[in-house]
Amino acid sequence: MIVRVKMFAAAREIVGSGEVVVDVPDGATVADVRDSLVAQMPELGQILPHARWAVAREFAGADVVVMEESEIALIPPVSGG
Amino acid sequence: MVELTKQRIDACALLARASRPDAGAVVLFLGTTRELTDGRRTLTLDYEAYDEMAEMKLAELEAEARRRWPLIECTIVHRLGRVPLAEASLAVAVSTAQRADAFEAGQWLIDAIKRDVPIWKQEHWADGTSEWVHPN
Repeated sequence: MIVRVKMFAAAREIVGSGEVVVDVPDGATVADVRDSLVAQMPELGQILPHARWAVAREFAGADVVVMEESEIALIPPVSGG
Repeated sequence: MVELTKQRIDACALLARASRPDAGAVVLFLGTTRELTDGRRTLTLDYEAYDEMAEMKLAELEAEARRRWPLIECTIVHRLGRVPLAEASLAVAVSTAQRADAFEAGQWLIDAIKRDVPIWKQEHWADGTSEWVHPN
């Protein structure tokens, strides 16, 4: 299935877009999305180890299952305020 | 109340909003753009947010602060886009009956916002380079 991953800040600049599409198997988890993403875009290699993930606008661990319509976001280390 | 805005933060309006007859203390924190960081000179900061999640997280933090302290008013405003030197990117205003609660709640909110809200700043340095701030 195709899932969409929102990109922000340095990740957004690296991939050149606010959103990236990734092909993962049905029943895939955040970890599967992350692995597919880094395979597709190795240039994200620096950011991924330190980034968090969000699904449906909540922080999500690697084992959270995603669906085609899930709102998934890569959250690089934050720096608000 | 929480808000993301592209406008300059109006500190006086926030203080007026927080001031209430049942409050004995009003605490306002402003996070402002600082010129010097480890010897490097900043020209300006740009802020970007995952808007929908940032608003949700700010609202959650206000709710949590209200559970922990007897807050009367609580207003959190984060500015997005360009924030020039000495201007505020973040404002947290709380009012309480007793000052200890206002100071504690204000501190807790700022620290929590900086830890868990999906907002990022980009440094524009005086030497012409720029970089997103992603602390490890």
